[in-house]
Amino acid sequence: MIAHPLTIIGGRLALPHGAPLPGAIRCENGLIAALGDIAPEDGDEVIDARGALVAPGLVDFGVFAIDKPAFHFGGITRAALMPDQAPPLDHPARVRFAAQSGKPDMWVHPLAAATRGLEGRELAELALMREAGARAAATGRDWLGDSGVMLRLMQYCAMLGLVVVSHAEDAGIAGNAVATAGEMATRLGLPAAPAEAEALAVARDLALAELTGARLHLRQVTTASALDLVRRAKASGIQVTAGVTPAHFMLSDLELADFRTFCRLSPPLRSDADRQAVVGAIADGTIDVIASGHDPRGPEDKRLPFADAEPGMAGAETLLPLTLTLVRDGHIDMARAFALLARNPAMLLGVNAGRLVVGAEADIALVEPTRPWIVDRARMAATAGNTPFDRRPVEGRVVGLFKGGSRVA
Amino acid sequence: MTGLPQSSATIAAGLASGRYPAGGLAFPHRDLTGIGQLARHEILFLLDEAEQWVALNRQPQKGADLLSGLTIINAFFENSTRTLLSFEIAGKRLGADVVNMHAATSSVKKGETLIDTAMTLNAMRADAIVIRHASSGAVRLIAEKVDCPVLNAGDGQHEHPTQALLDALTIRHALGLPPQSDLNGVRVTICGDLLHSRVARSNMLALTALGADVNVCAPPALMPAGIEAMGVTPFTDFNAALKGAQVVMMLRLQQERMEGQFIPSPREYRHLYGLTLDRLARAEPDALIMHPGPMNRGIEIDSQVADHASRSLITRQVESGVAIRMACLDVLTRRARGVPGWADLPEIKAGSAP
Repeated sequence: MIAHPLTIIGGRLALPHGAPLPGAIRCENGLIAALGDIAPEDGDEVIDARGALVAPGLVDFGVFAIDKPAFHFGGITRAALMPDQAPPLDHPARVRFAAQSGKPDMWVHPLAAATRGLEGRELAELALMREAGARAAATGRDWLGDSGVMLRLMQYCAMLGLVVVSHAEDAGIAGNAVATAGEMATRLGLPAAPAEAEALAVARDLALAELTGARLHLRQVTTASALDLVRRAKASGIQVTAGVTPAHFMLSDLELADFRTFCRLSPPLRSDADRQAVVGAIADGTIDVIASGHDPRGPEDKRLPFADAEPGMAGAETLLPLTLTLVRDGHIDMARAFALLARNPAMLLGVNAGRLVVGAEADIALVEPTRPWIVDRARMAATAGNTPFDRRPVEGRVVGLFKGGSRVA
Repeated sequence: MTGLPQSSATIAAGLASGRYPAGGLAFPHRDLTGIGQLARHEILFLLDEAEQWVALNRQPQKGADLLSGLTIINAFFENSTRTLLSFEIAGKRLGADVVNMHAATSSVKKGETLIDTAMTLNAMRADAIVIRHASSGAVRLIAEKVDCPVLNAGDGQHEHPTQALLDALTIRHALGLPPQSDLNGVRVTICGDLLHSRVARSNMLALTALGADVNVCAPPALMPAGIEAMGVTPFTDFNAALKGAQVVMMLRLQQERMEGQFIPSPREYRHLYGLTLDRLARAEPDALIMHPGPMNRGIEIDSQVADHASRSLITRQVESGVAIRMACLDVLTRRARGVPGWADLPEIKAGSAP
């Protein structure tokens, strides 16, 4: 579906560098044809952004469900789908189906299951899944515990040019933990594991990345000690990127009081010192990607005792406003916010999107960055309202969304 | 009450701290989900309410009809003998109709969710529900969904509030402290599987709230992180932890709760953490011995210690348990029963801000 040409005027362009600039953007054949101080051409559909921020559509690196209404609400035009589906994305046919599942108005980029059945034992058919549209190989929700398998995976992915997406949490230490060891977990009597379970896993993955030359993406790095390891690895030239979700820079394990299962996440919420370390790592460039981890869960998974509930949060709708709190608080500027939300994840996926430049796909979100609203779990666009941010006042709302130059919301 | 004489300063401190508001203000909570929800005067209030039932339970004629016509459901999703029996006797001595639901014979086995079970119990118009469940926070979750008072009879590794109350009452009696006294300055050592013990958590909260000095002792793998934030002093060396102890509270080694190996063997555990007569000598000369039961004799506690005629409080703990549970059932149903001074006061439901 190729839309006829479109020009958005009267907005402020969130360009890859610098502060947003007033200007217009013209889309033709699904691509950005021109931007800046330009005027609509004859026959263009003209849309007045009325002062809104004209930003790249968000590229959400690591979601567990395709939830189009929630993605569109949140300004997300592309999402990398985790292989943890039923059945897992460990077969080329399933990858091909998933890659088509959102088109045309929402593009899904499947992440191939690194191992058959995500069991961590045998490598899946990664080359065939790459041909079918897989953009990276992911270990899934769980740590790949066998270091020998991880070594062979990374060697193979280095050859194929696939990014390896790892969940870094040492399972031997984490065990059946549902919280980070500390005063909160102790008071609540919840199974808990020390935060070092993450650093231990990150250290191994970094060593293997250095050994194999594979590109490693740590989907969630949430502790100060693991972030230090990533920081040093980047300085020494290891090809590693790190991601996080808003939960780990907004919330700490204090939220677990009252056994709130919407705060049951994987990895679990950390201490406030770790939360602050995540904010610091976003500011200094150690963290490259902020993703929603979108994982809508109904009452059958969440209205249970804390340790019995499934982990995960519905995050697509709150991804943008919560990231904008970092801009408002002065930790990052607007250009960096959209690098974290769109440009960097698009680069990881190897897609020509995620930034406003001529020739890129015309995935565009119109954002009113200071428009206030209140998160309400009962009125979410997502298929379930399991947000740990319920009743939180936030700022930043998507008022228009374009995928490949066509309006979708 | 019999026991040791105590200094007048202790009595004065106890009386001063024992004041609590009149009527329902003394205990505004609808539910008893944990000691963590209670203020010191609320703990004392429950202890003092239990005194009358201790006396009654020692009479040949033990019946009371306070709760006549009320239905109490004991919903036990985890096996229990003594706690279930204790709650059942408590309810029956107060004249209530007591029904026991065992998870092993219920639809929980057929996959019904906890909430559905709770809603079913609620629809049967229970006047109080006593719950034991293997998951921390489960009791509170149910309390949020039902319309009657909920009592926690143990939820996972979180809390077991009536056990802590009965332990505090037992200590108070054994030390000869009068009603309304707190436990200011009493030195208690709790030793054992702290990580998996809801009894330990509730006791740490209750004893520190009442002013006791609490040492806790466990091997590192069974010591919860950040435990000193609960106002207790952690030890890994049992001998050091016992120094100065007036009360030694041993915990059951909960091998059934352990996922993975936490200690090399029960024999080795006994070597380091078993309460033997020799080791008991490191505590105060007349130190009292407690254990919430059921005991692993020969592992965490030797029989000579457990059966010590003058120092073991283990059977007195069981006795106090019935009185404490009677007090809790009485207090929590006062609003529903229309007791003057209680019925017209607002209550604080578990899960709502105070």
